[in-house]
Amino acid sequence: MEFKSNKNKLLVKKSAILLIGFLALNSVKASSSEAQEDGFKAGEMIMHHISDAHEIHIIGDFAIYLPVILKTEEGFDVFSSSHLYHNERHLSDTASGKSIHYYAYEDYIMVHEHIYYADENGGIVLDDNGEVANQGVVLDLSITKNVAGLFFTIIIMFFIFFTVVKGYKKRGIGAPKGMQSFIEPLILFIRDEVARPSIGKQADRFMPFLLTIFFFIWISNLLGLIPFLGGLNITGTLSITMVLAAFVFITILFRGNKHYWMHILWPPDVPAGIKLILVPIEIAGIFIKPLVLMVRLTANITAGHIIILSFVSLIFIFGQQSAAAGYGIGVGATLFMIFMNFIELLVAFLQAYVFTLLAAIYFGAAVEEPHH
Amino acid sequence: MLSVSFGTVIWTTIAFLVVVLVLGKFAWPSILKSIKEREESIEDALRAAEKAKEQLQDLKEGNEKLLAEARQERDIMLKEAREVKESIIAEAKDRAILEADKVMAASRESIRNEKAAAIAEIKTQVAELSVLVAEKILKAELSSNDQQNAFVEEAMNNAKLN
Repeated sequence: MEFKSNKNKLLVKKSAILLIGFLALNSVKASSSEAQEDGFKAGEMIMHHISDAHEIHIIGDFAIYLPVILKTEEGFDVFSSSHLYHNERHLSDTASGKSIHYYAYEDYIMVHEHIYYADENGGIVLDDNGEVANQGVVLDLSITKNVAGLFFTIIIMFFIFFTVVKGYKKRGIGAPKGMQSFIEPLILFIRDEVARPSIGKQADRFMPFLLTIFFFIWISNLLGLIPFLGGLNITGTLSITMVLAAFVFITILFRGNKHYWMHILWPPDVPAGIKLILVPIEIAGIFIKPLVLMVRLTANITAGHIIILSFVSLIFIFGQQSAAAGYGIGVGATLFMIFMNFIELLVAFLQAYVFTLLAAIYFGAAVEEPHH
Repeated sequence: MLSVSFGTVIWTTIAFLVVVLVLGKFAWPSILKSIKEREESIEDALRAAEKAKEQLQDLKEGNEKLLAEARQERDIMLKEAREVKESIIAEAKDRAILEADKVMAASRESIRNEKAAAIAEIKTQVAELSVLVAEKILKAELSSNDQQNAFVEEAMNNAKLN
């Protein structure tokens, strides 16, 4: 008991040191990349961090440059994003008075991580409102920061679950060990607390999908909390959560039984007048449900990132006034960041759980048998 | 972040499909099967333990019953033995008394017979003795002629000739 509590204390100490270290370094990172000549812009810095990028910015000038894959009229064009990032240009637009910086490489330019065809001079063209007027590429299939994060999630999942499967193959019905004993309670949690109460008899059919989506979201959320990974915001990216929600939507479409569709298209025991109102609402509901899943996950994860980044920004805003103010606020902000990081650890699990639970409830409604 | 990028959508779709299919084929079925099997085996074990407990209880009850029966049987046997013993003793006593009576009766009979025989013998002996004595006396008394004459005379006198 004595030993265990000591161990726990040590663990807490270690995590605290790690967190403080991360936050301190995070600040350095922010200072090196975001502090600009014309003052620190918190909004820009935060948006830059939570947005997708073609590089994984580790620290200072060190970044992992990801491959840019472009579908053009002529076919595919593949090159490293380092070519773009190493060729930064500025353009001061005299018409709108805006100053814009962009990256250029061969036939392409990149503005705010969007890739366009360059004009004849290999530069940017702005319209009267100061917006980019270059023609966009047909499709940007680049392995962006979040796509790379996605692949990372998949690799971690494969590693974890193939290890777990090996454990089950080795130990059979024996007591779980190692990774297996860590994952098994979660699997049981999804099965006994999420799938079975929500879906009922057919729960086991949906288990593979629910487990995959739960661990996919949870691990992605956790990756977003790891410092020095370029601020991955996998589950805070609408394009990604949209796909996850679409899978739920498609599953409901295909698994929905007659009872479910009848309930939507011709609700039983409802007067005709009410039906007129109810049916459009129900039909809208089919689409609203996955949309809600998508928006909730994106918003929650992004919000968490924004809050933590806001605390970082606070330090710089005050730091601009005087170094002392910066340090002073830094202590408080760091404490708040530590607190927020713990909250975010909880949120990472919670949002994965909520997404899975709601998906399970929707599936449950779709496969529910009439009970008369 | 809030604008949808088709490239990301395509990659995510591919990635998620790969995860769902690969884990759905190679991981989840065997994991869920193992968990189910273990749960079933635990349930079976619990049920078996319950059954064993019941059987043990039954066995205990049976043993107690057997013991009680044995005890009862022993009591009955002891009682019977006591009864048998008592009856044997009583019978033996009766027979002994009977035998003793018989012996007594026989001995009385033989005593009586012996006595009668003894008396008869004594009688003959006494008769012989008296004859002997009488002979001796007669011899002594009739040793002389005179005496013989006297005797005859007396005998004659005593004998009443009718």
